[in-house]
Amino acid sequence: MMRPLLAVLRRDLRLARRRAGETLLGVLFFVLALSLFPFGVGPAPDILARIGGGVIWVLALLSVLLSLDRLWQSDFEDGSLEQLALAAVPLELVVLAKCAAHWLSGGLLLVLVAPLLAVLMAMPAEAMLVLPLTLLLGTPTLTLVGSIGAALLLGARRGGALVALLVLPLYIPVLIFGVSAAEGALMGLGGTAQLLILGAMLLVSAALAPFAAAAALRLALE
Amino acid sequence: MHFLANPLRFQRIADAVFPWAAGGAALLAPLALWLALVVAPPDYQQGEAVRIMYVHVPAAWMAMFVYLCVAAGSAAGLIWRHPMAEVAARAAAPIGACFTAIALFTGSVWGKPMWGTWWVWDARLTSVLILFFLYLGYMALHDAFEDPQRGARAASILGLVGLVNLPVIKFSVDWWNTLHQPASIVRLDGPTIDPSMLWPLFTMMGFFKLFFVAVLVLRIRAQLAERRLANLRLGAEGRA
Repeated sequence: MMRPLLAVLRRDLRLARRRAGETLLGVLFFVLALSLFPFGVGPAPDILARIGGGVIWVLALLSVLLSLDRLWQSDFEDGSLEQLALAAVPLELVVLAKCAAHWLSGGLLLVLVAPLLAVLMAMPAEAMLVLPLTLLLGTPTLTLVGSIGAALLLGARRGGALVALLVLPLYIPVLIFGVSAAEGALMGLGGTAQLLILGAMLLVSAALAPFAAAAALRLALE
Repeated sequence: MHFLANPLRFQRIADAVFPWAAGGAALLAPLALWLALVVAPPDYQQGEAVRIMYVHVPAAWMAMFVYLCVAAGSAAGLIWRHPMAEVAARAAAPIGACFTAIALFTGSVWGKPMWGTWWVWDARLTSVLILFFLYLGYMALHDAFEDPQRGARAASILGLVGLVNLPVIKFSVDWWNTLHQPASIVRLDGPTIDPSMLWPLFTMMGFFKLFFVAVLVLRIRAQLAERRLANLRLGAEGRA
């Protein structure tokens, strides 16, 4: 059971490495879009530090949203998705493996560059630890929930704009708790409760999202 | 349930229901408005502004109830391939979106004099806004595919996924300490509203429900007619 899933994981990671330019585009967007904010709101450090947590979270969320078409689209076009659906392992587990690979080659990179962005936003030193921690718990949820929306839109006439409409409303709770965990910890109020809720959302979406995404994929492959 | 799967039979039943729902709504509308605007007493704190409640609360209930209907129709469509369930769910979604918009708008109008602001980002308001976006996404997904069957099924999956939002709306006022007041009618220890306000509210609720049924039947009929028209056109093109 595990071997085919590990094979899927390795294959997707290898593909991500070979298309490194495409993979890194999400991170590039993350950094580039952030550098717009000092120009937009002015470079005063106190303002930047105040909005930093929220801005970094919103940009991470948008970066995941932009990378969602990478998840199914090319496999859908070249037919490998059909092979995966025909495989002996349940499609739900394949979804989980593909989401894991997508997160390792996307969300994880966002977590790794987040400390750098915290510095750019003139945030306090603790933010370099707290912010990546919240993103570490939050971004996998974003990938899992987004996988449903991306799978539903396979073969749609205008998928690009629609995926935002389908997925962003479901991202709002993650954003709320991610930002409040980061800010709570930074202001010394403690963000443990919010972190626990982020973890709970991750567990629930890991348990349920594969079923919805697999149903949507089967529908697309009919 | 499969008894209703035949569109013709479904339509006969819908035709029988429609005059009762439409007539009942037409009768209840003036009664409910009279009760809410004239008979019900002004609030000791909010004064006359409390009358917005008689539109706001039923609209918010209906927003959630209709989403439940959409999700139930979606589930029946996905599990049993029930054709009429899909049609009904699709017909209900825009009505639910309108109720949600009404609830958001009246809440905003009510919030201005009471809270001093049109909008706050508290849990109840945000989760209802998410509900509104879910309705929009559901409707957009329906129309996103060349094949209407495909669109209907994809939208059904989204409809079921969006179900996670309903308990969040319901319990948002209990889980978080929000500006929006907690539940005051559906409570274990009985409603905390005076009967003189409760009865106009229930009458209004009845009107909203009947109105929903009547419009739903109209929309389902329109969809069936549209489908038949498309089939006739296909047939005509096939012969030509």
